[in-house]
Amino acid sequence: MPVIKDAVCSLCGSLCDDITVTVEDNKITKIENACILGHSKFVGMFEHDRIETPMIRKDGELVPVPYEEAIEAAAKILVNSRRTLSYGWCSTSCEAIGKAIQLAEETGSLIDSTANVCHGPSALAAQEKGSPGASLGVIKNRADVIVFWGCNPVHAHPRHMSRYSSFSKGLFSTKGRKGRKMVVIDVRKTDTAKLADKYVEIEQGSDLLLITALRSAVNGHEDVIPETVAGISKEEILELAETLKNAQFSCIFFGMGVTQSRSKYKNGDGVSSLISDLNQHSKAVTIGMRGHYNVTGFGQVATWETGFPMAIDFSRGFPYYNPGETGANDVLVREEADAAIISAADPGAHFPQKAVRHLAKIPVIQIDPYANPTTEIADVVIPAAVVGIEAEGTAYRMDAIPIRMKKLIDTEFKTDEQITKDLITKVRELKEGA
Amino acid sequence: MKLKANLISGRTADQGAHLEAKTYRGYFDACAYCELNSADLDKLGVSEGNSLKVATDFGEVVVFAKANDGNPDGLAFIPMGPWANTVLDPDTHGCGMPGLKGVPSEIEATEEKPLDMKSLMKQYRED
Repeated sequence: MPVIKDAVCSLCGSLCDDITVTVEDNKITKIENACILGHSKFVGMFEHDRIETPMIRKDGELVPVPYEEAIEAAAKILVNSRRTLSYGWCSTSCEAIGKAIQLAEETGSLIDSTANVCHGPSALAAQEKGSPGASLGVIKNRADVIVFWGCNPVHAHPRHMSRYSSFSKGLFSTKGRKGRKMVVIDVRKTDTAKLADKYVEIEQGSDLLLITALRSAVNGHEDVIPETVAGISKEEILELAETLKNAQFSCIFFGMGVTQSRSKYKNGDGVSSLISDLNQHSKAVTIGMRGHYNVTGFGQVATWETGFPMAIDFSRGFPYYNPGETGANDVLVREEADAAIISAADPGAHFPQKAVRHLAKIPVIQIDPYANPTTEIADVVIPAAVVGIEAEGTAYRMDAIPIRMKKLIDTEFKTDEQITKDLITKVRELKEGA
Repeated sequence: MKLKANLISGRTADQGAHLEAKTYRGYFDACAYCELNSADLDKLGVSEGNSLKVATDFGEVVVFAKANDGNPDGLAFIPMGPWANTVLDPDTHGCGMPGLKGVPSEIEATEEKPLDMKSLMKQYRED
């Protein structure tokens, strides 16, 4: 029976590339090295609720139709819409993302990624202040201080700490966990916080205050820091600033606690500024803990294709970008989109009620391997192969390192890339006919 | 008795493990709950597994109660998903990102039971 080594796990932004997979009768029967999330993805795919056939909603119910009929219905929706939202494209390959951008351009749509509800504010912060980063390999080999700010890798990126950060052993970090100081800044004592050398409990929504106080301390202006900031004593802030200043190499990993809380992109902007300040004393970098395995890839492909990483509006005939206006949630909440095509993401589960309410009112095309809350409000559903298991392709890890995902088993399902190509062909046909 | 709480949402390993199994009971179990610390649950007179109604300016949702003593007083956590999103803030404040953490809420005990995923989503189609 074939054993495939160094398979890539296509679940989270850690994109672990050391998975061993055993395949029997075109089924994955054993998986080694994966975490609970990866295990569920690889082995669970034979148990989960696969969308078996294309479907169209008729009289309120989704009914099976041939593939060609679904493609034609989807293309008609795209051609007849005046303001289509194309959303998601993050649990898929860069090759599919390229085609999705082409489809958006040809239909004058607005295309956005799951960064809209994730690290979108980090992209804005990078545009404001830059993003002083490093590869995870550099952090593994060199970092002696690791900060997790508003993120919980024990739950969201379970192998991150053993492969790349706190627990890993590298070239100049041979002692592993013993040689690294681990700091966790969060609003509640998470399972990650329980593993930290230093846990700093911050008042929810006051990250920017703490960042500003830390910058004051690092820059030698401790006199301006009040006795308490963000619920943390001045003494504790000065101690944390000293830890960062005296590090040989520090990395601040940050997550949704930073991007989704009050001040949003200004928090990321502040972190980049703090890193810049720390580099006057030491070596410091920062990396966003990206969720979907290829949300970083969407940003890469979109930037090289259009100049912008997300929230790109093609309605003017050229790429236009203004995330507070052209973000997926904004166009839905303003009830502006009159159709949506959604792939490799689940806004039905992850957008607030006002946006979902509007999605439920407009024609929605869904391309996905599995049924999910978005299926419940979709009008045309097209099943897809699982990229990274049933199809190969390129994805970008959270540190923007491209990794080639292998095809592990055969499938009858078409890839997101093929489906999008078929949609482009059909859209051109309909436009020419008109 | 209503408890005023600051509501946040976020990933858990159980929620993440059901990302591609959202029509299953396991996803419901992994997402349709609200965590408060034991003292806050005591104030509401509920134990784990009882129902809570969480209300914000944007809607209300019924979820199960769960204790997490890592939470400070007055901090409520619902895993990311359709239940949390019934009550989170859709306003992006002009930067694209909705208010998925830090939403003022009022929480009380209720006899109602949480809706399963399909019933919850059906409400949007019928709206």
